Amino acid sequence: MKELSELIFVDGLRYTEDHEWVTTNGDTLRVGITDYAQDQMGDVVFVEAPEVGTELNKGDEFGTIESVKAVSELFLPVSGKIVAVNEDLDDAPELVNEDPYKNWLVEIKPSDPSELEGLLTVEAYKELLKG
Amino acid sequence: MRYLPHTSEEIDAMLKVVGRKRLDELFCSVPDDCRYDGTMDLPEPMTEWALTDHASELAEAMKINHRHKVLIGAGSYHHYIPATIPALISRSEFLTAYTPYQPEIAQGTLQSLFEYQTLTARLLGMDVANASIYDGASALAEALLMGLRISKKKKKVAISKAVHPHYRQVASTYLHPSEYELVELPYGEDGRTDLSGLSEIDDLAAVAIQSPNFFGVVEDLEGLGEKIHAAGALFITTFTEPLAYGLYKNPGQCGADIVCGEGQSFGLPRSFGGAALGMFACKDQFTRNMPGRLVGETIDMDGKRGFVLTLSTREQHIRREKATSNICSNQGVCTVIASMYMASLGGSGLRRLAKQNFDKMEYLKSAMQAKGARAVFNSPGFNEAVIEFKNDFKPVFDTLVERGIVAGLELGKYYPELAGKYLFCVTETISKDVIDAVVAEVK
Amino acid sequence: MARNPGTTGLIMEEPLLWEKGKKGRLGMSIPESDVPEVAADAALTGAGPDFPDLSEVDVVRHYTRLSQWNFGVDTGMYPLGSCTMKYNPKINETFAATPALAAAHPMLADEYVQGNLQIMYELQNYLGAITGLPGVTLQPAAGAHGELTGMLIFAAYHASRDSKRNKILIPDTAHGTNPASAALCGYKPVPLKSGFNGILTVKSVVDAMDEETAGIMITNPNTLGLFETNIREIAEAVHAKGGLVYGDGANMNAVMGVINAAKCGIDVMHLNLHKTFSTPHGGGGPGAGPVCVTKELEQFLPVPRAVKVGDRYKLEYNCPQSVGKVHSFHGNFSVLMRAYSYIRTMGAENLKKASHLAVLNAAYIKEQLKGTLKLAYNRPCMHECVFSDEWQQEYKITTLDIAKRLIDYGYHPPTIYFPLVVHGAIMIEPTETECKDDIDQFIEAVKTVVEEGKTDPDNLRKAPVNAKLRRLDETQAARRPCLCG
Repeated sequence: MKELSELIFVDGLRYTEDHEWVTTNGDTLRVGITDYAQDQMGDVVFVEAPEVGTELNKGDEFGTIESVKAVSELFLPVSGKIVAVNEDLDDAPELVNEDPYKNWLVEIKPSDPSELEGLLTVEAYKELLKG
Repeated sequence: MRYLPHTSEEIDAMLKVVGRKRLDELFCSVPDDCRYDGTMDLPEPMTEWALTDHASELAEAMKINHRHKVLIGAGSYHHYIPATIPALISRSEFLTAYTPYQPEIAQGTLQSLFEYQTLTARLLGMDVANASIYDGASALAEALLMGLRISKKKKKVAISKAVHPHYRQVASTYLHPSEYELVELPYGEDGRTDLSGLSEIDDLAAVAIQSPNFFGVVEDLEGLGEKIHAAGALFITTFTEPLAYGLYKNPGQCGADIVCGEGQSFGLPRSFGGAALGMFACKDQFTRNMPGRLVGETIDMDGKRGFVLTLSTREQHIRREKATSNICSNQGVCTVIASMYMASLGGSGLRRLAKQNFDKMEYLKSAMQAKGARAVFNSPGFNEAVIEFKNDFKPVFDTLVERGIVAGLELGKYYPELAGKYLFCVTETISKDVIDAVVAEVK
Repeated sequence: MARNPGTTGLIMEEPLLWEKGKKGRLGMSIPESDVPEVAADAALTGAGPDFPDLSEVDVVRHYTRLSQWNFGVDTGMYPLGSCTMKYNPKINETFAATPALAAAHPMLADEYVQGNLQIMYELQNYLGAITGLPGVTLQPAAGAHGELTGMLIFAAYHASRDSKRNKILIPDTAHGTNPASAALCGYKPVPLKSGFNGILTVKSVVDAMDEETAGIMITNPNTLGLFETNIREIAEAVHAKGGLVYGDGANMNAVMGVINAAKCGIDVMHLNLHKTFSTPHGGGGPGAGPVCVTKELEQFLPVPRAVKVGDRYKLEYNCPQSVGKVHSFHGNFSVLMRAYSYIRTMGAENLKKASHLAVLNAAYIKEQLKGTLKLAYNRPCMHECVFSDEWQQEYKITTLDIAKRLIDYGYHPPTIYFPLVVHGAIMIEPTETECKDDIDQFIEAVKTVVEEGKTDPDNLRKAPVNAKLRRLDETQAARRPCLCG
């Protein structure tokens, strides 16, 4: 597993305590998992995404991400409607390991865009990982 | 005691290493008030030879034994088992291994499971079969739960009354403490499931049909499947006699989504109902909702083909309370037996044996008819049928038992409306002479 | 010092079944038909399955070769923690194959099958005597099936008292199946953390137990191989709130004739006949998981059970409070027969001695290896001992590497990465049927592997090299599942 100094962070993204990142993409938000999360998981073998159109609240489970011997639940960082899922991951879940910041999981139309402000900044997320 | 290898010198030496004087000091962490008082009330130990004599006594207490011709199927069938099967399966490398957690030293188990999954999928016409469930009844209960999982919000499942009564009882037991409701669908005068009431049941996740059903009647699976899918439900089929698919269309060809049933027919002795073999298969898109273990193909570090347990994240040891089932131990060795049986028969042999089973039952039905008895349900069948007699059959049944023949299963206990009628089964093990001997007694 | 058994034998290659054979071969004798051929309904008939056609020799060679790729208890020491891989006596196989008993149809009237009913009745009594819980069902086909049966009994018991409960307490040292079994009955598992010394505290149970909680599922000895010393007080706390205590008896091999489950306050308990009672595990099953209950809960057991009336045995169905049925027929009867044979062979004293020796073997290994591997908890262990890979971290060697290297030395690896509460757990359960010489040799092998991990760590990372295959790519198998050939 990577040391803290080896982990990749992307400035300008928002982060969550569940090791997800969020970025704006027009009027929607894209959500993925951080380098730390993919490193902890090991080889990702499957991503279970929700159906497009599902409406969920902040903190609701929207899917799971699996390695050979573990399952992690994915929690929605902000409330909203799922408008897209990354279908590339169906056939190639390893993309999450290869570049976790490029290969997003879902796209959300937020019901309250101001919730984004409540998420962690990159500095705050680094602090979280330092413990 | 021959299984306990320690000499008293060795025990003393080992106790010394662990810093104890006596064996019972090893249990110092067990509080006094938890301890067993006195000695367990069990019979004195027997030598191997005394136990063998005891087995003979128990065998003699069996009024009906292996020499009898038993014309009962009803979920447990007598087929010839080739000598190769007991010989091969007694190989302790199969028998005394655990679940293949270390694939490098369990390729025998793993490849045979992969072969079992493949042959089962081909037999049933499905995409994926798992590495087994306990038996036909629990496989059906698991299939219903899986149907509810796939359908997410729906709360009801329906099951034909022509499904084996024990299977229905087990399904009901499994579902009872849950929030789900189990509805029974009637059978018609032809002994086939009647779906006319289906449209009145809302919120239906899945419907389960057995074919050949408990009465030995082959259901019109294609027709039923269309109606069930039109009602927005998943189509589950079950079976107790997989040999029928050597002759009849398999459930996959008829549109089934999940197929489950009992594989005992394939090389396992009746053994009073167990060890049995729950076969379980589904369409590709439902694989991740499947209960039970799955074996998949992969490669090793040198690129050689090998097999491993896979998609384990569905299972209890990883997904805990959200697992697709709580099953862990399954029927391992029974799957190997079933594969050996399927391999021994091959496609050609399975076809021939299935046709012979069908012909035998057709012969029994026509011979019965000539004596004024008749098959209650005028529908296509396989190797079982419900027979109705003009007069009380019980005295004839008793006479035949004395002559070493068990002539069918009286149905009143399972279907009060069919009291006095008998469910017969004839396989390749029942000769024409035996059928003639039964029919000759019919009055 | 004898040599380790690990070596390379003559390992034959063998293709998949459908990669061999020729259409028209047959591997089994089929009688000629003695009845007329009749045409079947063409609209319903199909082509039959696409199976390969093989000769008898094809089949025999195939499975003989496959068997040689497997490691079993008869091959060597199989110290798989939590699985009790003891020797499986051969007489049990012979006993279970008795033709008159093995051929019995399960729906014959009681009068025709007295021999089999006697076995069931007596086995029920034996298991009742061993646990101290007199009500016994033999139907559950495996341990997890027994757990489910137990949870159904919990649900039926609470329903009979009009008590609605939706939670169940499960310690972190319980078996992995427990939460899934409870969830099937609508119980939400409430995890309990074990205390600093690896056992459950009474306080944690008192704090968590309330009148919405159906009870507790507790494995004793637990999966750390430790006896839950507070079991009686824990049971009292659960009972005080109207709950029931489920004892997962998978580890009964440690305590036969030593503890009385009823005296511990346990209400329901399953036993794994394929662990404690020497029936072979068959590469995954079949097992058997009979459930034993108190007199009070007997009314809820599945139907039917064998009873004795005068000198006759019968199956009793008349139990209106019963949870129903959990098996097509009477459970894995052939497995029950093997356990019956074992208990009759052993008797009370030998069963107790088996537990004593199982614990002695584990304690001895723990003592001999505690300087080599870090013990998870240094307390008196029962039938198994648990180490971690903490001391190996500086050499970048993991539990997996140690396990795989042990294969090269001729041993089945211990259970690894379980229980989850121990990082990189290595869980060793030798069982009573391993003799001191073999255990000493195993201890030497572990020490050698650990030493090798410091000097030649790559030998471990590349292991195994003597097995049929090298390490397998499980990631690939899960990413692109190929489940059917």
